[in-house]
Amino acid sequence: MTALPARELATKLGLVIDLDICVGCHACAVNCKEWNAGGHSAPLTDSDPYGADPSGVWFNRIHTFEVETEAGDSRTVHFPKSCLHCDDAPCVTVCPTGASYKRVEDGIVLVNADTCIGCKLCSWACPYGAREYDEDAGVMKKCTLCIDKIYNETLPVESRVPACVSTCPAGARSFGDLGDPNSDVSKIVAARGGYDLMPEQGCKPVNKYLPPRPRKHDPDGEGLSPVEADQAGLLARWVDRLFTR
Amino acid sequence: MHPAKSVIFFTTASGAGYGLGFWLILLSLTGLAPQTPLLGWAGFSLAFVLVTAGLLASTFHLGHPERAWRALSQWRTSWLSREGVAAVATYIPVGLYGAGWVFGADLSQPFWQTVGGLGAALCVITVFCTAMIYASLKPVHAWRSAVTPAAYLALAWATGAVVLTVLVRLDAGLADMRAAVDTIALFGIALSTVIKRVHWFRVTKTHGTGSAESATGLGDLGKVTLLEAPHTEANYLLKEMGFSIARQHAAALWRAAFIAGVILPFALIAVAGAMPSSLGLVLTALAALSAAIGVVVERWLFFAQAKHSVTLYYGADRA
Ligand code: SF4
Ligand code: SF4
Repeated sequence: MTALPARELATKLGLVIDLDICVGCHACAVNCKEWNAGGHSAPLTDSDPYGADPSGVWFNRIHTFEVETEAGDSRTVHFPKSCLHCDDAPCVTVCPTGASYKRVEDGIVLVNADTCIGCKLCSWACPYGAREYDEDAGVMKKCTLCIDKIYNETLPVESRVPACVSTCPAGARSFGDLGDPNSDVSKIVAARGGYDLMPEQGCKPVNKYLPPRPRKHDPDGEGLSPVEADQAGLLARWVDRLFTR
Repeated sequence: MHPAKSVIFFTTASGAGYGLGFWLILLSLTGLAPQTPLLGWAGFSLAFVLVTAGLLASTFHLGHPERAWRALSQWRTSWLSREGVAAVATYIPVGLYGAGWVFGADLSQPFWQTVGGLGAALCVITVFCTAMIYASLKPVHAWRSAVTPAAYLALAWATGAVVLTVLVRLDAGLADMRAAVDTIALFGIALSTVIKRVHWFRVTKTHGTGSAESATGLGDLGKVTLLEAPHTEANYLLKEMGFSIARQHAAALWRAAFIAGVILPFALIAVAGAMPSSLGLVLTALAALSAAIGVVVERWLFFAQAKHSVTLYYGADRA
């Protein structure tokens, strides 16, 4: 069980996260917690939730980075991070019990809570910090890609996407089969130059990130455009005169 | 990485136990250790206690100790599983050889030589597997090198041999083997020191290829710094993988480990060699105590100084 699937998987379900769109509202993390607190890996235990030192299990965390060019121009990039359902998932092969596994049918990486001994080694092996230990349950927890939602036939078809995807108010998250080059998600990855996080770790993550688009305007070069006196209307000319005095 | 007490105790105690078992068997196979019941009883039961206490401690930090047996199943891919299998397997030949020793079997027979050889080899293999659990983790640059198994093996050699320097002073009949055991211990301490020096260099002067830029993929746009963390309080990731220790504290502990683990045991054992056995016994016992403190500090640093790549998402520059 702990060995990775021997062959290249046909179906690789995963997420595509558009860093150009994400506004850093944390709604995906909150809805993830809400859904999964009652889902496949429930509960997502919190300790001291209303006290001075709250902590708890979350599958999705939203970091915010600042990126500064050499010229000193900086921009803010909101950066959601959850399990990337890696093709070469080291968290699976290090597991001594076989509790951590990658599904052949869709590539989703899961933990079997009935056989996990809570040794935490998989969380050390994941370079991304995508696994969080549940002190209460004594087992490892992680993103399930909402397997209990995406295959749930009692839900309307449009709701059969991970909770983070259905809730994102900005539409920064897409879900689909990244193993199929003709899927919508694969096409957008190809078109926008979607990339892997930490390629040097060689985990071959399935989830992809789309880079922020280049700025349309040079931030320093252009202010408000001046009113061109001869072409502007009467009111504009009057205002212009008023302020250029 | 968070230095968990149970894991520190496990790796140091079991390392010394396997080292002790290895040297007892090897010295017996080569004819250097006389087959006295006292040495057999004291040596093999101490090795048994050290290893077993260590293994038990390692299960205490599990979320589900009652499921620990499951860890023996995935030896094809997991070093932790391999370690479990090797640890269990080692009990059989080493226990058998110890029994043969104390109950007066003719250990020069090919059967016993085979059992002994197997036991000694398994002691080495188990320590190697323990080290590979750490050395195989790509996200932790400090550990991911051949230096890690080399250090674990050398320290098991040294600590096991230091314990043996005490045992060979329990009985006048063992006087002839003292010089050999002392030499093995001194050599093991020297070797560990050299290897740990290389490790220190790796930890303090080099870093992994990961950066905040590669972690976010935003390097093309410019220099990446953390503006806001995802949460206000520490979470599991930060407590477990984000543990860090100030440089000057690490340096102070490194010096403490060097004094307690190297200088004192080396000097005490060297002096004990020239002393009558009762004084020698006291000196070597002090050496063993000091070495134990030294190796625990060393192991604490092994974890505390190791940086995990997840810290790149929490403000670290390189990892
Ligand atoms: S992101 Fe981490 S937990 Fe998820 S599959 Fe990759 S290595 Fe495993
Ligand atoms: S914590 Fe559980 S899933 Fe993770 S490696 Fe240990 S046994 Fe496997």
